Amino acid sequence: MAALKMGARLRSTVCAGEIMVVMAPDTEVEMTCGGAAMVDAGESVTPSGEVHPDHAVGVVMGKRYIDEAETLEVLCVKAGEGSLAANGALLLQKDTKKLPKTD
Amino acid sequence: MNVMMLLEMASAAFPERLAFTDGSSGASYTYQQLFDAARLRAGTIQASGANRLVKLDVSNLGTPLSLFASAWAGVPYVPLNYRLTDAEIQSLLARVTPAYLVTDAERVAELGATDDVKAASTQSFLDDTQHDQGMEDPWAMDPEDIAVLLFTSGTTGEPKAAVLRHKHLVSYILGSVEFAGADDSDAALVCVPPYHIAGIAAIMSSVYSGRHVVQLPNFSAEAWIELARKHSISTAFVVPTMLARIVECLEGEGVSDAQMPHLNSLSYGGGKMPLSVIEKAMALFPNTDFSNAYGLTETSSTICVLGPEEHRQAVAATTEAERRRLVSVGRPLPGVEIEIRDEDGHQVPAGERGEIYVRGEQVSGEYEGRGSVTDSDGWFPTRDAGSLDEEGYLFLEGRADDVIVRGGENLSPGEIEDVMLTHPAIADAAVVGVPSEQWGEAVAAAVVAKSGAEIEVAELQDFIKERLRSSRVPELIQVWAELPYNETGKLLRRVVRSELGEAAQS
Repeated sequence: MAALKMGARLRSTVCAGEIMVVMAPDTEVEMTCGGAAMVDAGESVTPSGEVHPDHAVGVVMGKRYIDEAETLEVLCVKAGEGSLAANGALLLQKDTKKLPKTD
Repeated sequence: MNVMMLLEMASAAFPERLAFTDGSSGASYTYQQLFDAARLRAGTIQASGANRLVKLDVSNLGTPLSLFASAWAGVPYVPLNYRLTDAEIQSLLARVTPAYLVTDAERVAELGATDDVKAASTQSFLDDTQHDQGMEDPWAMDPEDIAVLLFTSGTTGEPKAAVLRHKHLVSYILGSVEFAGADDSDAALVCVPPYHIAGIAAIMSSVYSGRHVVQLPNFSAEAWIELARKHSISTAFVVPTMLARIVECLEGEGVSDAQMPHLNSLSYGGGKMPLSVIEKAMALFPNTDFSNAYGLTETSSTICVLGPEEHRQAVAATTEAERRRLVSVGRPLPGVEIEIRDEDGHQVPAGERGEIYVRGEQVSGEYEGRGSVTDSDGWFPTRDAGSLDEEGYLFLEGRADDVIVRGGENLSPGEIEDVMLTHPAIADAAVVGVPSEQWGEAVAAAVVAKSGAEIEVAELQDFIKERLRSSRVPELIQVWAELPYNETGKLLRRVVRSELGEAAQS
C-alpha cells in the first residue's frame, strides 16, 4: 500500500489494463485490477496470473472511475479485462456529461 | 499527467484516422503519423538543449506537432503571435531562451543568429529525414510541469506570460470532452490563430474526441465557406467578427440557406456577438447547433457555455428577459464555479454588475515571474465585468477597467451600447469614458451606421434618454466608418478612448 500521486500511471499485472490517477485521497490506497495489485507503469512486468472472476467486468479506455466516497478518480488509458478496485472495493464508472462542442 | 497522453490514447484507438489537414497545402497526418512524428521531434528538441519550444508561424501541421513534441520532451510550448513587429518578437523571444524556434524560412537566419536560439524552418521541422533520434523514454507525468506559456494580448505595457500546467489542460479536456466521442466522418474547421488559447484547446479537444481537424491559416469568409463545403465540415469555432463576415458573404451570394448540411455545430466566443449577427446566422444555418463559449487564457479556455437548445429557446421567446439570454454566455461547465463580486470583494446578488471570479481545476491564474493571482480559496479575478441572472446565466459587460466614473456614479459601457444597438440605424457602437473637467469622466460614443442608414446625433441622444437615466446619455457621439477590432474580434477600446478623448478636448 502507498499513497497515490496525481498523474501517476499504474498498470495491471493480470491484463493489459493501465490507468492514470486523476485525483487521489491523502490516505494509503491499494489499487488492484482484476483482483491483483497494480504496479508503476514504468516497471516491466509481463502480465501473469488470472483475472479474479469477481473482478472481471473489464476497464474501458477513456472512461473515468471513482470510489464510493469520490475521493479517488482514475482514467483508463489502456483497456483490460480486469475491473478496478481500491482497498478491495470495486470502483464505479463516472459519466462525462455530454456538453456542446465549443472549441 | 501530460497532454501527450491524449494523443497516445487517440493513436491507440484510431491509428489510421485523419488527425490534421493543412487546409492551404492539403498535407495531412493520421493519428499514428502524428504520434510517431512527435516522438522524432521530441528527440531533436531534447538534443538541442533548449528548455522551450517556440513556434512563430501560421497554423500548419507543425502546430499540433510542436504542442505534442514539446510535451513529450518535457519543455513548455510557446506559440508567438506572428503579426507582432520584429522588435516585439525579439523582446518576447529573449524572455524564453534557451529556445528551439520553429518559424517560417525567411526568419530563420535573423532570429537564429544568437547562441541561445536554435532556429529551424517549419519545412525542415516537418521533414522526417531531418530528425534522427526519436525519444524512447516515456514522457514525464508530473502534473505540475508547465505545458504551455502563452503571452496574453490586449493590455498595455509588457505582455504577461500565462502559465498553463499539464494538470490544468488535462483537467479541462477530461472534464469537457468525451474520449473517442467523434465519428470518423466528423471534421472541425479551425481558423483561430495558433497562439490563442482557443487554438490550443481546439487541438487537444479534437485529438481526444478523435475528430479530424482542417486548418485554415489565414481567415477570409470566402476561404472558410469553401473549405467548410469541400471537407464536409461538421463543427467549427469562430470569433464574432468572423461570423459577421461569413454572414455578409453568404448574403452576398444571395442564398437563404448556407448549404452546409454537414455542419452540425458552430460555436463562437472571444468577444461580444451582436444580436443581429447571431439572429441572421441562425436563419442561414437552420440545422446547425449554435453554442456561445466564454473563456480566458488563464482558465485553459472555455468556462461557460450557452448551448444550442438555449439558443433556440431564446429566439422563440416572447418575453424580453428570455430573449436577452441570446446575448448571455450561458452557465459554467461542470467543475467550474462563477461568482460576481463588488469592489470590496463581496458577492453581489443576481442582476447586479461586478467583477467575474472563477474557480476550478482548469483555472491557472498564474503568470511567469509573478506567481499565482488566485486567492487562498482558489478564486481567480478575471478583470471582466458581468452579472448573473436568477437562473445563473452569465452576462458579460466589458472589462472591469472599462467602467466609466461620471461624477461619482459608476456606468457600464455595455449597458449603454446594448441600448444603442437596438436603434434601427446603428450597426455597431462603442462607449468609453473621456476626461471631463466637470464630471471627472464624461460618456462618449463612436457609432457605425447600417448601410444606407443615416444617424442623427440629437435624435440618437433622445432615443437613449427615453430608455436610460440621463447620466448615461453620451455627451459626445461620433459616426465612424468602422470600429477598431483586433484579429480575434476584441474591440480595441483604448483606441476608441484615445480618439474620442482628443475630440472631447478640442
